[in-house]
Amino acid sequence: MTLAELAEKLDLEPAAARGRLDNEVTGGYASDLLSDVIGNAEAGNLWVTLQIHQNIVAVAAMKDLAGIALVNGRRPDEDTIEKAEAEGIPVLVSRLPAFELVGQLYRLGVRAVGVDDVE
Amino acid sequence: MKVEKDVTKTREMVYETKVREVMTGQVITVGPREPMSTLREILRRNRVSGLPVVEDERLVGIISLEDFIKWLADREEDCPIEEKMTRQLVTVHRDDPVVSAVDKFDKTGLGRLPVISREDGRLVGILTKGDVVEGLLRKLEVDYRAEELRRHRASYIFEDIEADGTTLAFQYQVRGHDFERAGESSTRLKRTLRRLGVHPNVARRVAIASYEAEMNQVVFTEGGTIRARVEPNRVFLEAEDDGPGIADVEQALQPGYSTAPDWVRELGFGAGMGLTNIQQCSDQFQIESEPGKGTRLAVSFFTNE
Ligand SMILES: Nc1ncnc2c1ncn2[C@@H]1O[C@H](COP(=O)(O)OP(=O)(O)O)[C@@H](O)[C@H]1O
Ligand SMILES: [Mg+2]
Repeated sequence: MTLAELAEKLDLEPAAARGRLDNEVTGGYASDLLSDVIGNAEAGNLWVTLQIHQNIVAVAAMKDLAGIALVNGRRPDEDTIEKAEAEGIPVLVSRLPAFELVGQLYRLGVRAVGVDDVE
Repeated sequence: MKVEKDVTKTREMVYETKVREVMTGQVITVGPREPMSTLREILRRNRVSGLPVVEDERLVGIISLEDFIKWLADREEDCPIEEKMTRQLVTVHRDDPVVSAVDKFDKTGLGRLPVISREDGRLVGILTKGDVVEGLLRKLEVDYRAEELRRHRASYIFEDIEADGTTLAFQYQVRGHDFERAGESSTRLKRTLRRLGVHPNVARRVAIASYEAEMNQVVFTEGGTIRARVEPNRVFLEAEDDGPGIADVEQALQPGYSTAPDWVRELGFGAGMGLTNIQQCSDQFQIESEPGKGTRLAVSFFTNE
């Protein structure tokens, strides 16, 4: 599924790098600890977090993530948007809390790719 | 290690590839009220082992070679196809990932699945196990070619240089406590490695290690240096600072151990996983530190298996 499809289905509002919404989402990862994301997210994952400062863009770029979804309607900082545009990392804003958003994503088939044998 | 990563790649592909990319779009169909006897010619001429039965563009059944043979063997009289066809339909949508089709082949033991448009329920194609294998192989081949090309580019640089040994070196200055610029050095390093044709997986691993080392310099020191050397068979990464140093390195290497202040933790740093991440994504890892003097990390990534 692409980011655009997810954005449409879950009412996610694109806040940066709108041109990259055709990124394919291979799975998801939810965490607010940057090193946890660096250690455990997989390339192509959609990252669900409440962190809005610009360092999230570097982490996403480093890991080749498909995009970042911010929860609770939290909007990215100005310089986060700037960096995200420069690096081409899509940032989407959801009104839902993390638990709810992850549940919806899961229902749409977004899984933790790399977690073996989740049945 | 190598095998594991390739498996992940194929697995990703099964999730990423859509049914429409591998299905056969031109489908030969029959109508439900055509006689069974017409199948002989159609099956023979087109060398297919089954046909979707369609009425008003809608799929109403499927008739297989087995159904036809059974009808022949029973020596029954001619009858409309709809009397012998299978009505229990297992279908896939054209925008489904291939993995869901593979699942259905697996669970039902069927050899072919009709492909339906999600919007209007029309029959738009047919998918066999062969189509899936062929489609994935085609994609893998494209990927493989791209990879060969990248390897070529990287090796090319080294071949063109005449020397007894070749190294490309890059250096980045990291400023302490500057969260604005934090991560920039590693982002630039990653871009440089990619441009050089370093394999994306290797570039990613180097960047991850560099980023964690850079963040430690930002959080815990007044600044430092990150150096990367690209050699024919490895990338070598060195992070050096003359900050406070680490009193108990053993302890600092424990996953979860962190002395980061609360306000840094609130930004999501300070999970105590940085050094662990560096160790995990590298092939060789070394750390030297002396309180009051500084810290030096030396990390290697092998580029040839
Ligand atoms: N360059 C450094 N200078 C001084 N101390 C460091 C440095 N790098 C790491 N440390 C120490 O090692 C600990 C563990 O580091 P790390 O695994 O990256 O976790 P974190 O950065 O989340 O605390 C840090 O909390 C800090 O005490
Ligand atoms: Mg750290």
